[in-house]
Amino acid sequence: MSDTASPTTTPTRTLPEVTVLFAGDSGDGMQLTGGQFSHATALARNDLATLPDFPAEIRAPAGTLYGVSAFQLHFGERAIHTPGDEVDLLVAMNAAALKVNLGRVRSGGTIIVNRNSFAQRDLDLASYESNPLEDGSLEGYDVVEVELTKLTREALADFDLSTKDTDRSKNMFALGLALWMYTRPIEPAREWIRGKFATNETIRDANLTVLNKGYHYGDITEAFAARYEVPPAKLDPGVYRTIKGNDALALGLVAATVKSGLKIFYGTYPITPASDLLHALSRYKEFGLRTFQAEDEIAAVGSALGASFGGGLGVTATSGPGVALKTEFIGLATMTELPLVVIDVQRAGPSTGMPTKTEQSDLMMAIYGRNGEAPAPVLAAKTPGDCFEAAYEAARIAVKYMTPVLLLSDGYLGNGSEPWRIPDPDALPDFPVHFADSEDAPTDEDGTFLPYVRDAETLARPWAKPGTPALEHRLGGLEKDERTGGVSYDPENHQRMTVLRAEKIAGITRELPPLEVEGDDNGEVLVIGWGSTYGAIKAAVNHIRDESDLRVGHVHLRWLNPLPADLGEVIERFGRVLVPELNHGQLVRLLRERYLIPAVSLPKIQGLPFKASEIQDAIRAAASNAN
Amino acid sequence: MSDDQKPKGVKPAGLPTGAKPAGPPKAAKPAGPPKAAKPAGPPGAKAVKPPARPALRPPKPPTARVVGAPAEGDGEAHGLPVLTRKDFATPADVRWCPGCGDYAVLAAVQRVLPELTEKKEDVVFISGIGCSSRFPYYMNTYGMHSIHGRAPTVATGLKSSRPELDVWVITGDGDALSIGAGHFAHMLRRNVDLQVILFNNQIYGLTKGQYSPTSEVGKVTKSSPYGSLDHPFNPAALALGADASFVARTMDRDPKHMQAMLRRAHAHRGTAFVEVYQNCNIFNDGAFFDFTEKDSKPERTVFVEHGQPLVYDDGTKGIMLDGVTLRSVNLDDGNRSTDDCLVWDEGDKTLAFLVIQQLFWNDALPRPFGVFYIEDRPAYDAMLQEQVEAVTEKKGEGDLRALLHAGATWTIS
Repeated sequence: MSDTASPTTTPTRTLPEVTVLFAGDSGDGMQLTGGQFSHATALARNDLATLPDFPAEIRAPAGTLYGVSAFQLHFGERAIHTPGDEVDLLVAMNAAALKVNLGRVRSGGTIIVNRNSFAQRDLDLASYESNPLEDGSLEGYDVVEVELTKLTREALADFDLSTKDTDRSKNMFALGLALWMYTRPIEPAREWIRGKFATNETIRDANLTVLNKGYHYGDITEAFAARYEVPPAKLDPGVYRTIKGNDALALGLVAATVKSGLKIFYGTYPITPASDLLHALSRYKEFGLRTFQAEDEIAAVGSALGASFGGGLGVTATSGPGVALKTEFIGLATMTELPLVVIDVQRAGPSTGMPTKTEQSDLMMAIYGRNGEAPAPVLAAKTPGDCFEAAYEAARIAVKYMTPVLLLSDGYLGNGSEPWRIPDPDALPDFPVHFADSEDAPTDEDGTFLPYVRDAETLARPWAKPGTPALEHRLGGLEKDERTGGVSYDPENHQRMTVLRAEKIAGITRELPPLEVEGDDNGEVLVIGWGSTYGAIKAAVNHIRDESDLRVGHVHLRWLNPLPADLGEVIERFGRVLVPELNHGQLVRLLRERYLIPAVSLPKIQGLPFKASEIQDAIRAAASNAN
Repeated sequence: MSDDQKPKGVKPAGLPTGAKPAGPPKAAKPAGPPKAAKPAGPPGAKAVKPPARPALRPPKPPTARVVGAPAEGDGEAHGLPVLTRKDFATPADVRWCPGCGDYAVLAAVQRVLPELTEKKEDVVFISGIGCSSRFPYYMNTYGMHSIHGRAPTVATGLKSSRPELDVWVITGDGDALSIGAGHFAHMLRRNVDLQVILFNNQIYGLTKGQYSPTSEVGKVTKSSPYGSLDHPFNPAALALGADASFVARTMDRDPKHMQAMLRRAHAHRGTAFVEVYQNCNIFNDGAFFDFTEKDSKPERTVFVEHGQPLVYDDGTKGIMLDGVTLRSVNLDDGNRSTDDCLVWDEGDKTLAFLVIQQLFWNDALPRPFGVFYIEDRPAYDAMLQEQVEAVTEKKGEGDLRALLHAGATWTIS
């Protein structure tokens, strides 16, 4: 930390990384505030990771503990892999927000509170016995009390606005103050306000006024000992933008439609936290893709499969409860051997669970959750930006192998954002598509099309779409004869077909690249993860390797089914395998069963992502047990 | 595969020996309702005058073109291959029970399709699960035997992404009205351009004889030994209530009428719903004999026809509108004439509701058949296509690179 000259009276210190948490009522606009702070931070060239954390209730009763909405942001000049274990700055818009989030703040951290939201009624709603601002319970923190409501009202005294509308602007005060505190540029937020409220000048000007007021408040108040500066991160060269996981999924699907020439048909039913995918894709009709808001989850996948039968690429996205409903259709896609992409933006379950909280508990359902022997490829995205490549890959595999593919994301990836180096469309993998026609389709002696005669290498059957003369054929859920595709109850045929369907999926390992082992290539502990835990595991492994002599490796699985062919060989190079998962231990069971190893499980089922420190502790424990 | 390369020796699906229902009709010309009374004189003062028939869209493009009267045998006409009934039969053995009413529907569809399409490869049959849903296996077209109740979803996705295809949905009373009732209603309100044939036999056949959502109250079946308590659906009323744009009813034992209904359904743009009363001779034999057998049919049925008075029982009875109540009146006692009868208007939804709902499970009134309602309303798939085109025209063809770079970006060098 170094003192540097500041244009203002407040000295500026440089920090390598910072974690900020905005918390308030679900109606306080904390997600917007966090999003705009992230945007300014990205433009300040920091690496970053975010954790939006909000209740399922849209407008929970004001001031209550369960109505608290929060947005955590970790940014720095170094590579950032997690939303931060401990918070350096908490902005608490009311008493409930302070109570819910105080535990996340590091000792000595800064807390900015809205002094006007600590009246007796606020304290009662937050179940505070006494006022934390006065009872000494915040000793050990640097508490800055700001009369946020009052200052906002003063700033807007000349505006013709109701008290309600006036008070709704106070999040802009908090944003302005936070931007000042971390020397972020204010112009991006201004620009955003001008665009957002373009049709309502009064609201637009009110928000701009309050934003400025908050920004300048820091200088005036002298309550802050310092401002902070976080130098730009050393990211790889390229053009960047910030991206959320759900938006990256949408862009990956658009890329698939452009590169393959297949028209994507996106059938879906709104569900948290997957709905944003529909919101994004429904805007992209100029790419020829069609979106369909179905009457339910079943119709969503059914319409997608119908489109695939027609020679398009059927895609559907949902969360766990929706996958449960789609199960029978995924089985039909396996039986008819048509391409289908099913995206599961996982959330905490079972049943309705905690819809706005993240979890990785649908892995077993994705791999096994269908009646009969119904193998399907299952892959997972590991970061918000990686959702782009994962969606593209899922689409490509579905078409190449004529199979349903399940792609796992989760609420943390879907809503979380990070700086993303925009890929070059020309550098994406080829996405060839072939439709059978009367020239090349396999037929029997009298010319009848044989829709289940397979490609020798991929074991995929030919894709003949309606409208193609002479290839009329019937598909369906009844078992198929292995050549003609006719209905077959033949015992031997059923066994052969079951094995063939399994071999087709297992054979995908042939095209998987060698596993990348991060950290040490061999040693005491191998951490195997999948999905959104990537950042936390990476940060933990880096930390352990920096601070100790432990030799720790990290393999992060894109492919959960089939498992990569070289995974067993990598496992053998380590003494112990640790599997952190946001579930009760699902991948770890697969690994124990497949490789007959006493893999150690690190389950976390709290609706929250891992902290790096939790994984660090588990690595140390696994290492000591290994010896 | 051209037409003359078809597997030979395949018998067109027909009725097995000993089947009771009437065989396929010999006449190829479109037929009106049998024995329908025709004394439609100029409507008198008391008659309800129908407004002009609602304007319908022009016939469908090529796949829907009427190539001509169905010809027997292969041949070419005007340079176009003329399809025949045999072209639509598959080598698969038809596995319905001998005597099943399903055979008659299969025969009727195979008979009318050559009139309705010249491109067999554009025709697709989508079904759910149940006896009737085996139908696609017996049609030498593209087809999918999908999931119980879910055919409307597959068909909606298919037609919405390939509007040029000629899509048919085959379903039954259990498939469409029990497990698939939700999808059925949503397909109708969206008005996806396809034909739905609902085989109503008022029983679950494939699971061997449980009562269905159209079974009468009190029905004794394996699953209702003391009588069913369920109030039955009226499929046509349900369809109309879901804002179907075409609602018709026909029966398995009147092939000419069934073919006429199929032609009308196919000509309609939007979801065309045709309910077929179909006898299950194993588990519910005779459920519709009142309406289908020649001794009772004249008295128990009324065939509605646009612009014609509702007359039945060989012209001796008619249906009169008394306020909002339908009454049967005698026309042979000199007190009433056809002028007093309700004149059918298939564009009038209120009339359709009255007739469908009041002439149902009522022994004093005949059961209606024919086209109950037709409405010209944009089809979902066409609107989706137009929206895609309009957006593309406005924004230009999608540019992936530009899309990826949308919004605020920054460069690290």
